[in-house]
Amino acid sequence: MSLSNVFSIAGSAMAAQSQRLNTVASNLANADSATSSTGQPYRAKQVVFSVAPLGGSGSGSAGVKVAGVIEDPSPMRQVYDPKHPLADAQGFVSMPNVNVVEEMVNMISASRSYQNNADMMNTAKLMLMKTLTLGQ
Amino acid sequence: MISGIDKEFRFLQDALNLRAHRQQVLASNIANADTPNYKARDIDFAKELQRAQGVQAGNLNLNATSSRHMQPSGGLLNAQALYRASVQPSIDGNTVDMDVERAQFADNAIHYQFVLDRISSKTKTLISAIRGE
Repeated sequence: MSLSNVFSIAGSAMAAQSQRLNTVASNLANADSATSSTGQPYRAKQVVFSVAPLGGSGSGSAGVKVAGVIEDPSPMRQVYDPKHPLADAQGFVSMPNVNVVEEMVNMISASRSYQNNADMMNTAKLMLMKTLTLGQ
Repeated sequence: MISGIDKEFRFLQDALNLRAHRQQVLASNIANADTPNYKARDIDFAKELQRAQGVQAGNLNLNATSSRHMQPSGGLLNAQALYRASVQPSIDGNTVDMDVERAQFADNAIHYQFVLDRISSKTKTLISAIRGE
């Protein structure tokens, strides 16, 4: 049944987008975490989406899955603060490489995509309900 | 007479099935709007509907020049999903254009409801003919 597949497709996309939103939240929350459980400053994380093909009757259509969460390899932000307990010999502290502006943009994009998929699910639901009342 | 009714309903049923299938393909485009290297797909509704009608009428549109050539198994589930020619492909290889997809999604939903309405009114006509009122 094609229309029920819309639910699983939109559902997979919503799950993926909410994981992206989770990552953004974690990045923003840790934008100033100079140290972590590994002793290193926090590194920004990004999710990587990939296509998850539907089996069986779902020819030509596919859902989304999160292929993995990668760590941003860009260099850490160096802040001059000699009073900081983690400052090196020159007085610099390595701060997380989280780009707050980038994260905010990412957040808006994720929330818009989520809304799109929720909307799509609603449309599919309306169509199914109409089909169920067919002939009345 | 009964076969006439069946024929009329079968056309609408094919159209409805194809619309539902297209809705699924468009849903997967919108879902994958942020997936790198995803290519947007769509089905040619008019062509697929004609093909479905042709398959049912018995005249398959594949020319067989040898007895060992296989004929398509028919049915709508193997409706061919083509790749959409993208207007603005992005640098990550994704060709989903959200405006186009949303417009097509809404358009397809309306058409689906239209086919449903056609079926409803056809049923009503038949019922009133049966009642003879």
